[in-house]
Amino acid sequence: MLLGIKRRFARFNIVQFCILLLVLVIFTVAFIFPLGALFSKAFIGEAGAFGLANYRSYFNNPTLSISVWNTIHISLITTVFSTVFGFFYAYAIMRTDIPGKAFFKYIALLPIFIPTVVHALGLVYIFGKQGFITRLGFDISLYGKNGIIISEIIYTFPSAFLLFLVALEFVDGRLYETCNAMGVKPIKQILHVTLPEMKYTIVNTIFVCFTLAFTDFGAPKVLGGNYNVLATDIYKQVAGQFNMSMGAVVGTLLLIPAIISFITGRFISNKNSSSLNAKTIPLAIKKNFLRDTLFLMFCSLIAMCFISLILSLFIGALTSYYPYDLSLTLKHFAFNDSAGGIGSFLNSVWMSIFTAAFGTVFVFLYAYMTEKTQGLCILTKYGKLLSVLPLAVPGMVVGISFIFFFNSQNNPLHFIYGTVAILVLSNILHYFSVPYLTAAGALKKLDYEFEMVAEAMKIPRWKTFLRVSVPLSAHAIVEIAMYFFVNSMVTVSALVFLYNANFKVASIAITHMEEAGNISQAAAMSLLILFINVAVRILYEFVIGIKKKQAIKGGL
Amino acid sequence: MNFLEIKGITKHFGSQTVLKDINATIEKGEFLCILGPSGCGKTTLLRIIAGLETADCGQIIIEGRDCTFLPPSKRNFGIVFQSYALFPNMTVLENILFGLKQKKDMSASERKKKAIEMLNLVDLSEHSAKYPRQLSGGQQQRTAIARAIALSPSFLLLDEPLSALDAKVRAKLRSEIRMLQRKLGITTIMVTHDQEEALTMADRIVVMNNAVVEQIASPYAIYNKPASHFVADFIGAMNFYSEGEVLRGIRPEKIKIVDREPYDIKALVRELEFKGAYTRIHSTIPGKNTEMFIDLPSDKVESMELHRETMLFLQIPDEHAIRY
Repeated sequence: MLLGIKRRFARFNIVQFCILLLVLVIFTVAFIFPLGALFSKAFIGEAGAFGLANYRSYFNNPTLSISVWNTIHISLITTVFSTVFGFFYAYAIMRTDIPGKAFFKYIALLPIFIPTVVHALGLVYIFGKQGFITRLGFDISLYGKNGIIISEIIYTFPSAFLLFLVALEFVDGRLYETCNAMGVKPIKQILHVTLPEMKYTIVNTIFVCFTLAFTDFGAPKVLGGNYNVLATDIYKQVAGQFNMSMGAVVGTLLLIPAIISFITGRFISNKNSSSLNAKTIPLAIKKNFLRDTLFLMFCSLIAMCFISLILSLFIGALTSYYPYDLSLTLKHFAFNDSAGGIGSFLNSVWMSIFTAAFGTVFVFLYAYMTEKTQGLCILTKYGKLLSVLPLAVPGMVVGISFIFFFNSQNNPLHFIYGTVAILVLSNILHYFSVPYLTAAGALKKLDYEFEMVAEAMKIPRWKTFLRVSVPLSAHAIVEIAMYFFVNSMVTVSALVFLYNANFKVASIAITHMEEAGNISQAAAMSLLILFINVAVRILYEFVIGIKKKQAIKGGL
Repeated sequence: MNFLEIKGITKHFGSQTVLKDINATIEKGEFLCILGPSGCGKTTLLRIIAGLETADCGQIIIEGRDCTFLPPSKRNFGIVFQSYALFPNMTVLENILFGLKQKKDMSASERKKKAIEMLNLVDLSEHSAKYPRQLSGGQQQRTAIARAIALSPSFLLLDEPLSALDAKVRAKLRSEIRMLQRKLGITTIMVTHDQEEALTMADRIVVMNNAVVEQIASPYAIYNKPASHFVADFIGAMNFYSEGEVLRGIRPEKIKIVDREPYDIKALVRELEFKGAYTRIHSTIPGKNTEMFIDLPSDKVESMELHRETMLFLQIPDEHAIRY
């Protein structure tokens, strides 16, 4: 019996076990427990009985439940447009011979660098009451459904584009060579080769766009007017009416598409082990005047939309009193104290630095422990399962769950409530999954025999980790840090529930400025966020460039 | 006393038995090969010896000490994997120094001296500043060996160390590794699926199949006195034919062709397979549907003017024939 235990745990490393346990406990306490708190809030009625009472009263109240249909409506339309646009835009870059591909690629990523409230703000400048286009005589009645949809398309387009970009990048050129040899027409090639190859990406993109639009708070906050959606409802219920039960109900509703998407995604990703192999040859793109011209026009149009969106922010921020006084000024960068002043921007930067620093360390350790721990199968499996859950939990839900959990007086962790720590924690968990997959992917590529050789050489595990695993994953680590930073700078959803009046962040300050009618200042603040995010991105490209050069020299 | 004892090792992965009651001993300074087809359990056995895996039953005894539950770092061995597992972010010299830095009793200059000494030993001193990717396969392999022996381990484990190399380099490295091993007198266990490698390098061979040991013996004995049908078939070529109730085996090169009585078997030439120095004659025993291969020097085949359908009279020397 004793010998059996000894045999089982002969490869057991107590330090590693403790760290693994620690990261799992942190994750469970900070993520799973709050979700538990949300559900218990949603399912426990006023009388304290467990059941669907809260849901019944929600759906019996037509002013509330109409939001469900509104949200589905805007999400569906957004999804159709984003998926189609994203596909053709990515197709243009990957499969046609248009000029300026790098330019188009980076322009398409611009919306990622600013909060969704800023997409909406840009639209206000273009289509609002005093917008450029509106003044030309075209009123699209921005406030309400239309505005939200346009804003959500801008928000979801980069995700759709990137997903298709990756899918279109990996292709076996031989398939198309065979088609050409058999005389198959180009349109038929797209229908019968390209699209079937990408069916999983298409499904995935549809879900991603739908979920993003379904749960976004920023655009409906600015443009919604009387058109209610779930994300604004949850905010009104919690922050306006302190109706926590209704907030919890809406929170669980927000989870539904993400959960469906999550389950489908799991199902698909198992099947989607691509058929690429060493023999795959890249596709040679031939010139085709008609095709290239059409795609160039399409891409230019999209790029123009994004550029004008950003340009409108510049105009708003740098003119004295748009549209009446167009003289240039920097006065809008002197922010009102009521919105936190420049301090809110600095707060954002600090919060994002903390998120990037702690988040990167936590994610990398987490991935290392779940990927490279031998034995302890149950724990590593549990860890891997948890790691992808945040994909299914929108920021609004993270935020409201955190309130329920951390704001409870009997929670010993109550002290972090209202501090920057809870903002950082919510960001790390909200954005956990993508960095995790990046880290795990990088670690998987590292030979398992590195650890074994090092162990045979009597090198302690931590040293192998620091001297081998970390440097060899440098690219992934830099990418993760950038991802955390940029997203922390732009996120509103979770933070809107959690920020403290003494520690306002830029993205939320923008919402407040807009609410107070200071849209020039809002535009100015948006530009600051854009600048720092673009700067971080450039820094990232630069660091990766150096790494690549070293790799060529050193043979990595 | 035996240097290393493998006692009754059994290992299951789920419901699959990968090792069944394995017993073997290794003497000090010996070069032992564990040979077998893929999936026979040989690599698992090596990993259990290394402590990278724990057996379900049995013991590993190293220099009289029960090491069954010791972690790899306490067993004092060097290891070379098929992938070499050289750290790609370190130069050749740094790869070797990485392990030496654990030796607290050595000064920095002593460590460096030791590392350079190791590089000289494997003839790589001029490549010390290169990164692994800048080296050829053979050089990478030698770096891995230098790294494995730098800590003066008491034994060396080689896991298919030559499989990733092309044939020429492989043949050269075989003798190099063997010479180095003799020079250092280091006890070595090598896992391979390549019978030629095992025959040329090992002092003794452990032939494994389906999770069990088929035979442990010197290369000569393994080849000439294979203990089982599997060993006979797996190592070298072997003709099997039945004589009455008995199954007999004979190596192709041991068969003699005679022009008249007395002969043991008649066989009909089907095909001549030219293999360079020798030619393999594919023949069948008439009426029995049994194939016989006969290896002869190519010159001799030429002078005998053999053709398809030629009838051969074969003598099978009794001392070389094997019975089962």
